[in-house]
Amino acid sequence: MDSQQIAKMIEERFAGQVLGTTTFAGQVGVSLKKDMIREVCLFLRDEPTLTMDHLADLTAVDFSRYPGDQGPRFEVVYNLISIPFRHRIRLKVRVPEENPRIPSVAGVWNTANWHERETYDLMGIVFDNHPDLRRILLPEDWEGHPLRKEYPLKGY
Amino acid sequence: MSPTDTAKKEIVQKEMTLNMGPQHPATHGVLRLVVDLQGETVVGCDPRPGYLHRGIEKWMESRTYHQIIPITDRLEYITCMNNNLGWVVAVEKLAGITVPERAQFIRTLMAELTRLSGHLVWLGTHALDIGAMTVCMYTLRERELILDLTEIVTGARQTVSYMRIGGVRNDIPRDFIDKCREFTELFPKRLEDYDTLIRRNRIWLKRTVGIGVMTPEDAVNYGLTGGTLRGSGVNYDLRKVEPYAAYDKVEFDVPLGKNGDVYDRYIVRISEMRQSVRIIKQCLDMMQPGPITTDDPRYAIPDKMQVMQNMQSLAHQFVLMSKWVPMPKGEVYVATETPKGELGFYIVSDGSGKPYRVKIRAPSYVHISALPKMVTGHMVADVIACIGTIDIVLGECDR
Repeated sequence: MDSQQIAKMIEERFAGQVLGTTTFAGQVGVSLKKDMIREVCLFLRDEPTLTMDHLADLTAVDFSRYPGDQGPRFEVVYNLISIPFRHRIRLKVRVPEENPRIPSVAGVWNTANWHERETYDLMGIVFDNHPDLRRILLPEDWEGHPLRKEYPLKGY
Repeated sequence: MSPTDTAKKEIVQKEMTLNMGPQHPATHGVLRLVVDLQGETVVGCDPRPGYLHRGIEKWMESRTYHQIIPITDRLEYITCMNNNLGWVVAVEKLAGITVPERAQFIRTLMAELTRLSGHLVWLGTHALDIGAMTVCMYTLRERELILDLTEIVTGARQTVSYMRIGGVRNDIPRDFIDKCREFTELFPKRLEDYDTLIRRNRIWLKRTVGIGVMTPEDAVNYGLTGGTLRGSGVNYDLRKVEPYAAYDKVEFDVPLGKNGDVYDRYIVRISEMRQSVRIIKQCLDMMQPGPITTDDPRYAIPDKMQVMQNMQSLAHQFVLMSKWVPMPKGEVYVATETPKGELGFYIVSDGSGKPYRVKIRAPSYVHISALPKMVTGHMVADVIACIGTIDIVLGECDR
């Protein structure tokens, strides 16, 4: 299925949750509100015509120094692929700086467990209802989250 | 309750926590596992990666697109060429750069040679861990031939930095073609030799059949990719799904396993090596003379002779090397099939010559997350077989 059609299906199913759709270099990204993200993921996984069974990547971007960006600071990004149908979609969810929380999708795809731990470790985003949210790449007593833009590259 | 019964009960209930690594020879780098044991049986496993974390993603934000190529060498340091390729393919997608056909074939050829080298290291160390020491001696001998071939083309054996955005650094020398053909004749016979050493070896079968089983559903759910996924019978190879380089022009099969155990993954990777040789042969036959870098004037790195002779080329080379050129604003996720699995780069561009954010989706990281699922219920010695079969490199996992 065409990625545009998938974006349209999400929009029809979850009216009011979709904030916009962007297309760049043939890749479609759907911006969503954060409350229903788990339900959207379950829908994408379980709908027989979509079957997005492979969560290729989950990460977050700090937009605080992006030129001209006015939205909430963090963006959590889900890159999904369907192995049987070979179509792709990208979900993007903005999370504010003062309350960087978002529902976990570790119950939808097991692979999200470690991706979310890494995002928590390096970007400081808290995933609600995550089974085991600990630091993973850095030591447990590490201070700060290195991938945030204000974190210095040198001096540690 | 008699005294013997009490003693028995105590022994059964006593759980032991064993720390394995980070400096353990069978953990393929600096992987640390905290394993809970009930006698010899594994009841829990908690991998603790991060001992090789160098902050590569953070570092990439302060480098230009071109300067990142050598950093990708340091991710999966056994098969640098594939990492280089993954990065340049992602940047080309971001900027919409087209690559000439000869460069595509050279890329495919070098990537497959490196895939062979990566699989040989995997086979050697995996067999060594399980106790078949001889195989390692042979595989490293053949890997030496591949490294020699790599050296002819790139000048380096490891950390090659050979791919360039829009092409490759230099054309392949004339004597390479003959030597590579010789190698493709020799290698399948050598591959038979290793295979006969272990394929029906009774100890090998005992140690691998039925160990670390992943059902197709589990394998997909845990995000496994590459040979680790295809051992479970799931047909997902990015070279076929989203062809890059010249993979859409060459013919090859995707070998699949049935049972998803350590043995099937071994069979899959051995068969993959045969397919790689097939691809290399086709590349050597189909390659035509032609340019090796893109003709897009913005991104084409000028020829060295031109740089020495004319002013414009010199200035352009200076700009490209020191600050690169403005890139389109946007974001892409591009994944390629490395020997370990799906290596994805998620690049966010803010329009400057440096990426705003790069996320590396490393197959080793995802594979280690599936390790507890694989080893729970098996014996402690099988943990080593499972670490071997998921084919990990910690440089890539920890970044």
